[in-house]
Amino acid sequence: MLVFFPAPHVFHCEPTNMAACSVEELLAKAEQEEAEKLKSISVQKELDLEFDVGNLLACDKNRIETRDLREKKRNDFLRALARDNTQLLINEIWKLPTERVEEVIVAKLPEQTTRLPREKPPPKPKPPTKWEQFAKLKGIQKKKKTNLVWDETAKEWRRRWGYKRANDDTKDWLIEVPETADPNEDQFAKRNKAKKERVAKNELNRLRNIARAHKVKTPGEGLLPKAQQSKDELAKAVSVAKTSTASVGRFQDRLPKEKPPKNSGKKRKFEPLIGDFNSEKQKQLELLKIMGSKTPKLDITKAVNTQMREEDREEAAARRRKGAGGKGRKGNTAGRGKGKGPKGKGGKAGGGGGKRRGKPGKH
Amino acid sequence: MTQLDGIVKPKTKRSKRFLESRAPKLIEDVKNTMIMKGGNTSQIVTTALKDIYSLKKPNALLYFQCSLLVPFQEFFSKKSDCSLFLFGSHNKKRPNNFIFGRMFDFHVLDMFELGIEKFISLSQIKTSKFPEGTKPMLIFAGEIFDTDNDYKRLKSLLIDFFRGPTVPAVRLAGLEHVLHFTTLEGKIYMRSYRCLLKKSGCRTPRIELEEIGPSFDFVMRRTHLASDDLYKLAHRQPKALKPKKKKNISHDVFGTSFGRVHMQKQDLSKLRTRKMKGLRKRKGEVVDEDQEPKVAKVES
Repeated sequence: MLVFFPAPHVFHCEPTNMAACSVEELLAKAEQEEAEKLKSISVQKELDLEFDVGNLLACDKNRIETRDLREKKRNDFLRALARDNTQLLINEIWKLPTERVEEVIVAKLPEQTTRLPREKPPPKPKPPTKWEQFAKLKGIQKKKKTNLVWDETAKEWRRRWGYKRANDDTKDWLIEVPETADPNEDQFAKRNKAKKERVAKNELNRLRNIARAHKVKTPGEGLLPKAQQSKDELAKAVSVAKTSTASVGRFQDRLPKEKPPKNSGKKRKFEPLIGDFNSEKQKQLELLKIMGSKTPKLDITKAVNTQMREEDREEAAARRRKGAGGKGRKGNTAGRGKGKGPKGKGGKAGGGGGKRRGKPGKH
Repeated sequence: MTQLDGIVKPKTKRSKRFLESRAPKLIEDVKNTMIMKGGNTSQIVTTALKDIYSLKKPNALLYFQCSLLVPFQEFFSKKSDCSLFLFGSHNKKRPNNFIFGRMFDFHVLDMFELGIEKFISLSQIKTSKFPEGTKPMLIFAGEIFDTDNDYKRLKSLLIDFFRGPTVPAVRLAGLEHVLHFTTLEGKIYMRSYRCLLKKSGCRTPRIELEEIGPSFDFVMRRTHLASDDLYKLAHRQPKALKPKKKKNISHDVFGTSFGRVHMQKQDLSKLRTRKMKGLRKRKGEVVDEDQEPKVAKVES
């Protein structure tokens, strides 16, 4: 326990009143000691406090014995405890090195010891731009340039770039037409256009640098991060994920209600190079025959299908027109039209592209 | 501002400065606080919120009629760049409720629900006050603050909340505010004192405390703590902030510091120990020993 005592006062007594002096002395000394105790900065604690002076923080781990305190006593007890703890903290702070800053005594705080969570994650280093990479490769250093440049024509200091810059060639009031140029060419417009092109190129490069920095890439196969994915996209993503295994999805189990994929298998089939020579010969001869003949080749099924599609389209258009007018008859006409269509056209093959209309009572 | 897939790039210097102030930094500045008032609040809660707002000025923002829904808070914290929040509400089931919380990357990290049992406001205690913005001294008493996990996190949150800006130096005469937190029988007592520095015999002053400021009696209700890995992630410091280790310096038990100097190999045959005239090499001596030492005359 440390107790500080300042230099005691020295009492001079007259030699005549010896007894009185000694009593006075004793009393004075006792008073002094009491006063000292009151003003002491020492605090007695079982366990030392833990200090984090960088944060002006102190933690007291001592047991708080007094329980079931009433209101008034509790406040006083808390106050006394706070006073003791604060005294210890202040003692610690006063041990720090001080300096004088503008007539004020200031104590330099050490590093904080309590680790507290950050507000945001630490910043990621930005990838260098194209120019920065090149400069590093070549060893080009950045040269510090002056802000203002002397402009001869305006006879004043102007900024190097930006609004009202020095030596702006688009602002020339007189441009000499060079000998090699076309006399009818507008030189002013030419300069303006060149500037616009430079600006656009710069902007493009800037955006490219940003895109490279943020690594915004579209995935080749798979889901683009969108709010709503459509059913086909999800199905595609599932099938891609399934086939991305070492055995290309052959041994992947399917979910209970999952249907087998529709368009799997080879997309195009080629005949083997050295196979059946006879069939190859036949194929080639037939091909030559068709190419040599003058009559056009007609595929009956294809023609019929085209015809049927045309009819359906016309009917749908007519239905829409009728539907806009009166909705009652829509059902009847649709049923009738559709029922008749395929049966009616079954036998109408022949004759290249002629359109035949067999619809009763629609004109 | 040109937008590229949600990334905003500034076009003016002012907007660029604004974005930079909100971007993550190596050394972060003081955390801002959102003080929100819920839909239904009692008089106690309103006054308490206002008191804490005055304690935390200028790093606090006051909002009214807020809800406790998480997306609401996330939106507000992003808008105002606040990472600490205090939500006050009152209903029959939970009277005089305070929720202290903090965010990491605009997602909720920790939340503590504390109920106010007793509250004495700033205006009720009639003493002179000190200017706002003084950095307070924080004292935590009670061994529960170090043993119980919940209380450990609560302590860290309270430190974060009340500590104020990080400063390299502090004015000795300006250490006026003390916040004292005590845990006793499951309750947390928060008292705020003004510190009077009295003369003592030596350089360090004697402290006298005067109660000032709001005094709270809290009881811990519900907690929502972050998972351990999220907590660790939030504490991760960037490499640049780690103190650089000085090589070749070691310290003794007594505090003497030793340094290590690495030398190249010396050719000991060429080592000259003393400068004596007799030992100095003379011209032509080594070449021909039979010659007369003519040089001797010149040297003397």
